[in-house]
Amino acid sequence: MNTVLVSLGLMWKGMLAIFVVMFLILLVLLALSPRKGSGKD
Amino acid sequence: MSFLYEGLLGIGWKEVIMYAIGALLIYLAIRKQMEPSLLLPMGFGAILCNIPLSGALDSLMVAANGESWTVAGILDWLFRVGIQASEAMPLLLFIGIGAMIDFGPLLSNPKLILFGAAAQWGIFGTITVACLLGFNLADAASIGIIGAADGPTSILVSQVLKSNYIGPIAVAAYSYMALVPIIQPAAIKLVTTKKERAIRMPYNPRSVSKTARILFPIIVTFIAGLIAPASVSLVGLLMFGNLIRECGVLGSLSDTAQSALVNLITLLLGITIASTMRAEQFVKLETLMIMCLGLLAFVFDTMAGCLFAKFINLFSRTKVNPMVGAAGISAFPMSARVIQKLGQEADPQNHLLMHAVGANVAGQIGSVIAGGVILGLVPKML
Repeated sequence: MNTVLVSLGLMWKGMLAIFVVMFLILLVLLALSPRKGSGKD
Repeated sequence: MSFLYEGLLGIGWKEVIMYAIGALLIYLAIRKQMEPSLLLPMGFGAILCNIPLSGALDSLMVAANGESWTVAGILDWLFRVGIQASEAMPLLLFIGIGAMIDFGPLLSNPKLILFGAAAQWGIFGTITVACLLGFNLADAASIGIIGAADGPTSILVSQVLKSNYIGPIAVAAYSYMALVPIIQPAAIKLVTTKKERAIRMPYNPRSVSKTARILFPIIVTFIAGLIAPASVSLVGLLMFGNLIRECGVLGSLSDTAQSALVNLITLLLGITIASTMRAEQFVKLETLMIMCLGLLAFVFDTMAGCLFAKFINLFSRTKVNPMVGAAGISAFPMSARVIQKLGQEADPQNHLLMHAVGANVAGQIGSVIAGGVILGLVPKML
C-alpha cells in the first residue's frame, strides 16, 4: 500500500514537472512566433 | 561422442518458448512489417542467446586440468559497453531522431505542446497499477515508461533504474508502437463520440522563422534542464540532433545522423537488447503482466490526451478535436496518421493531419521529459 501511495506522489510530481516544462516552452514559442498579420517571416 | 548432443540436451521447455517468441517476432517483422528494424533483430537475438552454451553470451571455459576462465560473448559485451556502462546506444539514437523531426507544425501552432504533456499521464497511471500488482517502484516505473511510446527512452529508464525486466519492457515498447493503429482507435472510441471526432479544425499555419527553428532546440534543452536536470541527456541529444538539422550549415552531418547513425545503432540495439531475453529471465508470469501493463499504458495515454482536449474545450471558443490530444503520445508519425484516418471516418472532409503531427512531435518532447523526470524522482523515492 505504501508503494502505491508513493506512486501517486510520483504521479503528482511527475505530471506537475512535465506541465511546468511544457508551459514554459509554450511561453517561449508564443514569444518566438510572429504576430498574425505582422507580415514578418 | 556426447559433445555432439550436449547442446540438444540443454534445451528445456523454457528455451522452446523463447524460440517460439523469437520466431513470432521475426514473423511479425517480416510479414506484418511491425517495427521490422527492431523486432527482427530482437527475434533473431532471442534465438541466438537461448541456444544452450551460446558463444554469443559470456561463457565459462573449463579445461580438463580444472583451470577455468570466462570468455566474453559479443551480445553481452555489446550490452555492457553500449547500454549498461554508458546508455550510449539509446542516447545516440536520439541525435538521429532529433535530426529527423520537423518541429514546424508545433512551432506554427504552439498550443499543441500541452497535449504532449497530458498524454504522458498513462506512464504514471500504469506505474500505480504496477505497484498495485506488487512490482517495486523501480520496476513499476520502468514498466510505466513503456507508455512513453518511445523505445530508446524505455530502454534507458529501465537500465538506469536497474530493472530486472529490460527485455520484456523493450519487446512491449516496440510491439505496442507497431500496434498503435489498432490500440489507439479502440481507446479513442471509448472516450469520444462520433460528433466529437467530426469536429473540424481549420489549419492556418503561421510562418516560422529560421531563427525560431534554431532557438527552439536550445531553449527547450535549457528549460528542461533547469526543471528536470536528469532529462538533459535525453532532451539534450534529441535537441542537438534537431539543431544540426535546422542550423542550415551542417547538411551532411544532418544526413548522416538521420540515416547512417540511426541505421547503425538500430542495427545493434535490437540484437543487443535481445541478450536480456534469456529463458530463465524471460519466461515468467511477470513478463505476461508487463505485456498487459504496456498495453494499458498506451490506452491510458490515449484516453488522457482525449480527455485533456475535452477539458480544454470547456474553456475555449475554438473547439479542439479531442483526438488531436491522443496524438500527444510519442509514437511518431503513426499516431498522427491514425488521427487523420479516424477524423475522415467521422467526416470525410475533416483534415486533422497537421494538428495531429504538431501534437505528435510535442509528445516526442513530452516523452523524453517524462523519462528524465522519472529518472530524477524515482531514485529519491526508493
